[in-house]
Amino acid sequence: MARIELNLAHAYRPNPQTEVDYALLPLKMTFEDGGAYALLGPSGCGKTTMLNIMSGLLVPSQGSVRFDGKDVTADTPQQRNIAQVFQFPVIYDTMTVAENLGFPLRNRKVAPDQIKKRVGEIAEMLEMSGQLNQRASGLSADEKQKISLGRGLVRPDVSAVLFDEPLTVIDPHLKWQLRRKLKQIHRELKLTLIYVTHDQVEALTFAQQVVVMTRGRAVQMGPAADLFERPSHTFVGHFIGSPGMNFLPGQVDDSGVHLCGVNVGLPISGVPLPGGDITLGIRPEYVQIVLPQTPGALPMTVGQIRDVGTHLIVSATISGHAFKVRLQSTAVPFAVGEQVWFRVMGDKTCLYKNEEIVE
Amino acid sequence: MNASNKPVNQKAWFLILPVLVCVAFSAILPLMTVVNYSVQDIISPERRVFVGTEWFAAIMRDEELHAALWRQLTFSFAVLALEIPLGILLALSMPAQGWKASAVLVIVSLSLLIPWNVVGTIWQIFGRTDIGLLGAALQGMGVDYSYTGNATHAWLTVLVMDVWHWTPLVGLLGYAGLRSIPDAYYQAASIDGASKFAVFRYVQLPKMRGVLVIAVLLRFMDSFMIYTEPFVLTGGGPGNSTTFLSQFLTQKAVGQFDLGPAAAFSLIYFLIILLMCFILFNWMQRVGTQAKEGDHA
Amino acid sequence: MKRIITNNNSHKRTYLRVSSAANQGEEMELKLAGISKKVGAQPWLYPLDMELRPGAVTVLLGATQAGKTSLMRIMAGLDVPSTGLVLIDGVNVAGVPVRERNVSMVYQQFINYPSMTVFDNIASPLKLRGEPNYKQRVTELAEKLHIDMFLNRLPAELSGGQQQRVALARALAKGAPLMLLDEPLVNLDYKLREELRDELTALFALGNSTVVYATTEPGEALLLGGYTAVMDAGELLQYGPTAEVFHQPSSVRVAKAFSDPPMNLLPAKAVSGGVQLSPAFFAALDLPAQEDTVLTVGIRSSALRVKPQEGDIALTGSVELAEISGSDTFVHLNTPLGGMVAQLTGVHYFELGTHVTAYFHPRQLYVFDASGMLLLSPGREGVR
Repeated sequence: MARIELNLAHAYRPNPQTEVDYALLPLKMTFEDGGAYALLGPSGCGKTTMLNIMSGLLVPSQGSVRFDGKDVTADTPQQRNIAQVFQFPVIYDTMTVAENLGFPLRNRKVAPDQIKKRVGEIAEMLEMSGQLNQRASGLSADEKQKISLGRGLVRPDVSAVLFDEPLTVIDPHLKWQLRRKLKQIHRELKLTLIYVTHDQVEALTFAQQVVVMTRGRAVQMGPAADLFERPSHTFVGHFIGSPGMNFLPGQVDDSGVHLCGVNVGLPISGVPLPGGDITLGIRPEYVQIVLPQTPGALPMTVGQIRDVGTHLIVSATISGHAFKVRLQSTAVPFAVGEQVWFRVMGDKTCLYKNEEIVE
Repeated sequence: MNASNKPVNQKAWFLILPVLVCVAFSAILPLMTVVNYSVQDIISPERRVFVGTEWFAAIMRDEELHAALWRQLTFSFAVLALEIPLGILLALSMPAQGWKASAVLVIVSLSLLIPWNVVGTIWQIFGRTDIGLLGAALQGMGVDYSYTGNATHAWLTVLVMDVWHWTPLVGLLGYAGLRSIPDAYYQAASIDGASKFAVFRYVQLPKMRGVLVIAVLLRFMDSFMIYTEPFVLTGGGPGNSTTFLSQFLTQKAVGQFDLGPAAAFSLIYFLIILLMCFILFNWMQRVGTQAKEGDHA
Repeated sequence: MKRIITNNNSHKRTYLRVSSAANQGEEMELKLAGISKKVGAQPWLYPLDMELRPGAVTVLLGATQAGKTSLMRIMAGLDVPSTGLVLIDGVNVAGVPVRERNVSMVYQQFINYPSMTVFDNIASPLKLRGEPNYKQRVTELAEKLHIDMFLNRLPAELSGGQQQRVALARALAKGAPLMLLDEPLVNLDYKLREELRDELTALFALGNSTVVYATTEPGEALLLGGYTAVMDAGELLQYGPTAEVFHQPSSVRVAKAFSDPPMNLLPAKAVSGGVQLSPAFFAALDLPAQEDTVLTVGIRSSALRVKPQEGDIALTGSVELAEISGSDTFVHLNTPLGGMVAQLTGVHYFELGTHVTAYFHPRQLYVFDASGMLLLSPGREGVR
């Protein structure tokens, strides 16, 4: 169990000039001991690079990594005592399940009866006690992934367990069982767990705090509710939520926020806004349908109404901007092609300047 | 109503007719001739007597043949015992990427490019005590080295020559096998605290199983049929200590013009190789499918 | 705009060549009659009949190995069915190889010509057809798919999403009356999948090709709209407008296959006045079933709520897991009636093991008879 502090950057080339040369732009981040974190972002955002730097498989081109205050930047994964679970199961084909689980302890020359005891405990936790003497190569993908995980947990003093998109090869209907297992393990062992994924469901389910990353930058770190309700960066608003947040460009002056020729008013909180360009963000779930010509409401043309089973997704356009609204129930008082009025300024609305939140 | 099958074009047969004719001439007709000869006693080109399975029975009792067969098997197994481990070692030592990898690959493969009789000639001269580096060096060290006079020396020289010639093949196959192991295995092993030997035993060797079986198959077959190199080097001597099976057969057929027994024996030779290939091939298939189940990558 | 059907002298061979210059694919009628496929002794596809709506999107929905790819290959002409007819505009083309049919196909593995630039990749079907001014069409398509700045690059230099866009552009360039997509978005990131799916829906609506789209995700079928064919273990279970198939699954198998998370299914018994879910739970329903028959009751995850309404049945269970997707939270509960999944809107945190009460109204139950066929489904008001 360790507290991990990162204060680093990582560039592809020795003399990075612009942002594009960096795989990870300079960042400072702390992962508390015993916390469950997720690194969430699209491919190429740098999340796997960050994970490999934490595990020691990669050395950052500048900066340091500290475990419990100790500088481990130059240490190997072995020396840092971390465990890593990869995208596809990594097991030793020639060994049984018990031998696989006990391998790290055997390499440390732990006494055989202690190994047996510890392997038994971990197998119990992973619900694999009945398969200890089976050959590991004959098992299914999710059982092999459990073994990979078990190998990491078997060391009593493991500092952190790092996961690199571990559910990629698992059957969809078994994924939730493994997620449940991970949460249980976290609760019981109280280890520091760091999970890399591009799937928001995995990240938000698994982690207490999610770090959203894009193009080498960590744009927000927070719990799922914060990321959903109050994304501090337009990328977070876009990436989290299905569909993501709607964004409309506009202008601010003393009288209010002007979008597409309509004055939608000022934010309810009364916080003063910087003048000039602004972007308004509102999630499809929080848009309200109002009567036509209501002051502060935007008129939009309905392009498509899609029944997605549990709710409706309405796609509309205003002045060429796409806009999505999520409605419960099956009854909508309008049809495709009609003009509908939506209120977008509410307590769930976020306002952004240069992609960063201002309100 | 049935769905129509793919269109059938009988004219395609004409296109492969030339190939069929060539194969018939060079392989099928000779094979049929050999089978024909194997059941006859050919006293002279005009006088032939049908003897049925007499030659086959005679072969089973032939002491010389048994000796040659035994020599051959010992040779083949010695070759495997030396070349496979050395080949694996070679594969492990070769760099994985960059210009060095290409350079090493080329240098290592050089001995594979040499025509086989030239290989024999190289070693023939190499082993001479007057002008050969090896011979002279051994002489200088006090060893009374002579591949023409001493049977053990002849054996060892042929063995070393074969190892020199063919180990790079095993090395190259092993190298290809090693390259296909995903990095994650090495990373996981390092995280598990495995020593270099443990990595070799539990990660590299199991993953190389497929290619190694191919290497064993190829080397066994080739060494079992070896002819040119020992023939050029020692001529089968001293005596018949390095007369391996193929040379023995040729001597019988061409040298003594005993076509009948030679034909019979060559059929048996063919069947032995077929049997060994069948066994090794099936083993290979089984290992291959096991490996496929094991990896989900 | 000529369609040449020549009957070659060799028995049943039929060539269908649609040479189009101005016509980017007339609407094509595709009908499958009695199609089945056996490989050796193994049936891969059980006999099925299907008539695709011309010009519309048909989604083939099913788990892996359900037979979607086999069916698509038969539609394309890559495989010959063991029995049955493939009728394109009334003509049986079951034995006609894919080269002679006018079909375009997009795979899940981003297939592009690796040695040709993006421009050449997209232009290849047009050039093969001999179209004189293909440049304009290529740039037009590249702009539509947002890859116009990569026209001079090789596919290997592009990201996964971009490569798939090139493959899609190439398929659209061909303008074939039948376009087949085999799980084209499955190898892409979550968000990229959403974005491309939106774009695809718009692109499909523009053309008039008949599109067949295979997927394992019920959510994707619902978002694509059109028509859905639900498949399971080589059988075609139901085919109809997507929303209809979703809301009125004809059997338990369809209900299971066409919902994510899977519909909660419980064994029950018909009693007078309703269904008995267990000794403690009774739901009052107007059932067209005899008393004492064995039934299966289905409750959608979204029908389970945490806020009670009048007439609800309450079910208390312990939380096994709460899957948060941002817009929804899926709570896995261990209840007296078995394991169930409830779908709640928004972000909700639950500690593992806490007790939560979920409510549902009997009106929202699906009832299936002993053989799995639909008896009763919840009414839906104001559906357009």
